[in-house]
Amino acid sequence: MYPTSRQQDAPLRRSARRAASIAAVLGACLALAGCAGTAAQGAGQEAGPAEPAPGGTLRFALGAAPQGVDPQQVGTNVSIYVARQLADSLTDQDPVTGRIEPWLAESWDISDDLTRFTFHLREGVTFSDGSDLTADDVKAGFDAIAGDLGATAPLAASYLAGYEGTEIADDHTLTVVFDAPNAQFLQATSTVSLAVLAQETAAVDPSERLQGEIVGSGPFVLESYTQDQGAVLTRRAGYDWAPASAAHDGEAYLDRIEFSVVPESGVRAGGLASDQFDAVGDVLPQDVPQIEGSGGTVLTRANPGVPFILQPNLTRPPLDDADVRRALLLAVDRTELVDTVLSDAFEPATGVLASTTPGYVDRSDRLAFDPDEAGRILGAAGWTPGADGIRVKDGEPLELEVTYAPVFTGSGPVLELVAQQLRAVGVDLRLRQVTAAEQTTAQQSGDYDLYYYNVTRADADILRTQFSTAQRNLSLREADDVVDPLLEEQLGERDADARAALVADAQDAILDDALAVPLFELSQSIGVRGDVHDVTFDASSRLLFHDAWIEQEG
Amino acid sequence: MAAYVLRRVGGAVGVLWAAFTVSYLILYLLPSDPVAIMLDQGAGGERVDPARVAELRERYGFDQGPVQQYLTLLGRALTGDLGTSISSGAPVAGLIADALPQTAQLAGLALVLGLAGGTAIAGLASWTRAAWLRDLLLLLPPLGVAVPGFWVGLVLLHLFSFTWFVFPAVGNEGFSALVLPAVTLAVGLSAVVAQVLAQGLREAWRAPYVEVAFAKGAGRGRVLAAHVARNGSLPTVTVLGVLVGNLLGGTVVVETVFSRQGFGRLVENAVTTQDIPVVQGLVVVAAAVFVTTSLLADLAHPLLDPRVTTARGAR
Repeated sequence: MYPTSRQQDAPLRRSARRAASIAAVLGACLALAGCAGTAAQGAGQEAGPAEPAPGGTLRFALGAAPQGVDPQQVGTNVSIYVARQLADSLTDQDPVTGRIEPWLAESWDISDDLTRFTFHLREGVTFSDGSDLTADDVKAGFDAIAGDLGATAPLAASYLAGYEGTEIADDHTLTVVFDAPNAQFLQATSTVSLAVLAQETAAVDPSERLQGEIVGSGPFVLESYTQDQGAVLTRRAGYDWAPASAAHDGEAYLDRIEFSVVPESGVRAGGLASDQFDAVGDVLPQDVPQIEGSGGTVLTRANPGVPFILQPNLTRPPLDDADVRRALLLAVDRTELVDTVLSDAFEPATGVLASTTPGYVDRSDRLAFDPDEAGRILGAAGWTPGADGIRVKDGEPLELEVTYAPVFTGSGPVLELVAQQLRAVGVDLRLRQVTAAEQTTAQQSGDYDLYYYNVTRADADILRTQFSTAQRNLSLREADDVVDPLLEEQLGERDADARAALVADAQDAILDDALAVPLFELSQSIGVRGDVHDVTFDASSRLLFHDAWIEQEG
Repeated sequence: MAAYVLRRVGGAVGVLWAAFTVSYLILYLLPSDPVAIMLDQGAGGERVDPARVAELRERYGFDQGPVQQYLTLLGRALTGDLGTSISSGAPVAGLIADALPQTAQLAGLALVLGLAGGTAIAGLASWTRAAWLRDLLLLLPPLGVAVPGFWVGLVLLHLFSFTWFVFPAVGNEGFSALVLPAVTLAVGLSAVVAQVLAQGLREAWRAPYVEVAFAKGAGRGRVLAAHVARNGSLPTVTVLGVLVGNLLGGTVVVETVFSRQGFGRLVENAVTTQDIPVVQGLVVVAAAVFVTTSLLADLAHPLLDPRVTTARGAR
């Protein structure tokens, strides 16, 4: 159903589209700074259509099946592509500045101790069922997440850790109360996980919510959802509360968005090039030429949060030796990873946070490729080169195993190259590929040397939830008096500059102890046809379609 | 005849029960926890509260002992309740009911195409007197078995969807979306049919009644259609029962390549997320399909060869 509705007229339209798209791609290249040549300048901007036009259906091919469409319960990127369009959040995080801006809440006050957050809601906002959006809806949603719904909404529940309740002053004023300082909460209110749904939705069974029994106030409304197959969204009539970061106010331009699940990347790219899709997700490096060759463009943005890292299990010798871990930091040539097995869309990691994360500090100097120094550190720690080139200490070879699930398809090739690089300094890195399910099991039992993963979050508090010994702590390390206190203190720091300083210290402290070996930043990579414009990324690098529009012929 | 059918149906019930039990044992013995897997997916890398995991395990009955869990599941299955999916919360029976018609269409068309193709190859090879043509035709089956369905699907897509837009690349809507996936599935099927049928026909040509028929003055085509085909196709009918079951397995690959909703996609997703209720429901349904098709194949034998019925009926 989804991709076929416009197929009948497709061949006739293709030549007209191609002409328009050649002009459009020139303009897009300027914006991406991907085309260094000067020939395209000027011509591209003039030839492109000046005004966004309402109407049309955008056919989007997702790389994987969404878990469901409930904004509060889903966590995977593809699920959020769909769910984000259906509901709005209290606040909006500006993707450029990282600052928290008004959305459903016009303003807010935060108590000095960061335990009470008072939001003043915008008036005149309605849900898609016509009812008014009030403080009761916000409270019902938070109460549910902190209660029963939290079991199947782990991401939202983690943002509301320490939730005591929501006090309602009037229809448009509410105060969220925590039992401890919670600096990350304000950013959390901008995420899809804490999006505001109608209070009736809070009472619906969680699995029915995932299947589509939700009412939101977003720029699109769910028309249908079929598990493993796709979803159809239609424009919400009367939508008039877009955040300031949106390019326009009022209703979305697109009439409809038809999401379909297309697991094969080659089929997505071929479908885009043959006008069976208007936009596709998860573009792989090998598919970029086909997309660009057909007049399309590939949009990318690095996911904020923790980039792809190897996290050492400190209970597993020789990773209990900090020198071994420090040597690993210097033995990886991150530029080579990106240049040889990934693509222009990806950036080498330059710290324990991705560059798009507010509070990120560039520590590329500490992660510079220096195999000689890595070898010297290992030698000084007693690891001497053995007969086969692998270092040995007390008769034990320097062997490590990385456990990874190839959820991101480039992971295997990246890790193979890392293994080659480490071998050059005398470390034998073995790859243990597992399914996502097996990785969860390995994680729970602590059965890994190095754990390979990334996490998306546009707030530096992600460092605490990943590295604090009271939290996920994949290093399985003991509590300390350097890293842990820094991670806890930033959560209670009201002053933005002071919090940033603590976060910067925490990033250094994690590198001092080499608790993570950063590799590269994950990027969202979206292919769009030449006649599709203004598909945008939010601060968490998930897609927004409110501003998106398709050139209409005639 | 009635006793024979009854006996076979009884056997079928036994097979279904065994499929249910063995799949339960395998899934139960796996070290991983489907609830933790599901939550980890939704958590997007954030830490999952162990108390939440325990709460959900209780909700799904995973906190009970293995025997009690088994009996609960079996009891529910007997009343037709296959439970709900752990990862999506949707009823398993509904998921399968949505998927099965799609796959039935796909497998049905693939079966028709595969039978037609396989019969044409074997029949032509059997009928022709030109040795070069026969040799050429008999090269096709091994080739058809050797090329992976995945590759066939991608080549078909590239030619007939991306290069010349004849058929849509993805989706479930309409007959046009069914053609390429069905052809992909039919390639392997027709290869097996052609191979087995050609072998059966070759042997049937050597039977004495063929000489009798020729002696009576029948032409080559008439002998093939009236005598050789009927006897030579018996092994094919037997194999066909198994092939139909194998088609279900083939849909895992084909439905993924062509982004179709159906049984194969459901299997793939349920296995990767270790969604025990869904996997068990699928195993039971697949076993039922296997049992039914091989029963039908056996029942078809007497229609082709009356000797089969008398032999069995006399027992």
